[in-house]
Amino acid sequence: MRSSAGRLSLILLLTPFLLWIVLLVLLPHLQMLRVSFQVRESWDTLVWGVEQYQNFFSESYYWRTFVRTGVMSVFTTLLTLLIAFPIAWYIARLARGRARGLLFLACLIPFWASELVRTYGWMILLRESGLFSTWLQALGWVDGPVEMLYNDIAVIIGLVYNGLLFMVVPLVTTLDGMDENLVEAGYDLGGGHLTVLREVVVPWAMPGVVSGCIVVFMLTLGSYLTPILMGGKDSAWFTQQIFTQFITRFNWEQGAALGVLLLFLSSLMVWLGLKLTGQSLRKVMG
Amino acid sequence: MIRSVPRSRLFDGLYLTYLVFFFVYLALPLLVTAAFAFNDAPFPSLPWKGFTLDWYLADGTEGRTGLFHDDALLSALWVSTKIAFWVTLVSVALGCVNAVLFERLEFRGKEFLYLLMLLPLVIPGVILGVSILVFYSGMANDVSRLWGLELDVFRPGLTLVVMGQVTFITTLATLVIAARLRKFDRQLEEAALNLGATPLVAWFTVTLPWLMPSILGAAAMAFLMSFENFNTTVMLTGSDTPLTVALFNRLREGSTPVLNAVALFLMLVSALLAVTTLRQKR
Repeated sequence: MRSSAGRLSLILLLTPFLLWIVLLVLLPHLQMLRVSFQVRESWDTLVWGVEQYQNFFSESYYWRTFVRTGVMSVFTTLLTLLIAFPIAWYIARLARGRARGLLFLACLIPFWASELVRTYGWMILLRESGLFSTWLQALGWVDGPVEMLYNDIAVIIGLVYNGLLFMVVPLVTTLDGMDENLVEAGYDLGGGHLTVLREVVVPWAMPGVVSGCIVVFMLTLGSYLTPILMGGKDSAWFTQQIFTQFITRFNWEQGAALGVLLLFLSSLMVWLGLKLTGQSLRKVMG
Repeated sequence: MIRSVPRSRLFDGLYLTYLVFFFVYLALPLLVTAAFAFNDAPFPSLPWKGFTLDWYLADGTEGRTGLFHDDALLSALWVSTKIAFWVTLVSVALGCVNAVLFERLEFRGKEFLYLLMLLPLVIPGVILGVSILVFYSGMANDVSRLWGLELDVFRPGLTLVVMGQVTFITTLATLVIAARLRKFDRQLEEAALNLGATPLVAWFTVTLPWLMPSILGAAAMAFLMSFENFNTTVMLTGSDTPLTVALFNRLREGSTPVLNAVALFLMLVSALLAVTTLRQKR
């Protein structure tokens, strides 16, 4: 009786989960993989082939953008980590009482606005007729309007801004649980600031670092609005090419192949990040 | 570098300066966006021409159309609200079920299924959108070609957008609700059972009230994430444009203070939602 009731509740709870994961995640991704290996010969005949992948490697525009997107995402992730770590440290270890909660909330506030709004804010600040340009002219530091938008630095400023929250929160959470005696012991044993940081703090914070880095990397790699709106003519982003194939050219087969490649890159980086630091996805995300 | 370790004055000063710069960096884009919603000029840039509410209230008679008279934006706002409503409902319900499944039951392959549950978090949003488009819209195309049946639900449109967003928002809702369920003292439930409650009654009178704050929190988060989502949505949207997509299209044509007005409106709504859920949690 007891075990049959247990079985029933397992089935009842497992069914919605399986429907969700199979119908919305597994089947669509398998289909995308399948379509990426189909070559359209005429409007209604498809044959198996790797033409889409050949296109990717033979047209330098594709793979150059791919490499560029990957490299810039890694760079953005590391920069976000560097910027966020001192902030997280201050909130978790140095601030007290009310200040702590307030600072933490202040970190969250930008994320009450969507990525589009945040990007729009940066556009108002950075563009030729924008605030920075006007202020610099008012101060007499420059003679004419300066265009600070539409270049890679602008894109990175925007991307780091989008990622910060997802770095600060896991860092604060892990640093918060650290025993201060560990740090004191490090100093007592004669370690300098750098040694203590390297030998005590960083290993302790590793789960937070990895989890923050994974999320920020994913967000950056898959971002669309920020590179499109803030980037210049040469700063193409890989998601934009996927979008073009699907929406503008209706070339689903090519688009699916590019999608599979992006998914491969992101999975590879996540896997590498976990392997190199000896963490597991469950510990980092769940 | 902890409180008990002495620090130099210079270091403290530098650290504080860094903090100030950081928070200015965080706040500046939002502050300027909000401020220019009230500038009496047709273009959101300096100089400041004075305060106006035109970008909310103007009815188009003097060449300015404020947000509350802009039918395209208002209908986009309504579309987004409908999507967010369904996404919240479905993903929070799924999140509750998943949380109980992974926190309470033991079964073979649990570890593997848990990893599957986390999967949507490590798939870029664009790919989630693309794969659902390829699978469902492709299926609709095939069915139409082979049997002449029109499966319009699976054409790009509201249903597909809701499905795409539910894919990853469910994972987040599950994590939020499971975290709270983990802290639940099971003796409370056993007490209810000992006092003669059936498992179902115990669940609704003891466990569910305990989970309520996390369910409301997950709902607020789901609503906001759905409302703000662009990457997955843009791949799946049909003729009914949700707000983020409509704003993006406007922005490509050129920026007007109406965009600032919408942005500020959105920020206020999110802030309100966030504050109410924080209040609830106390």
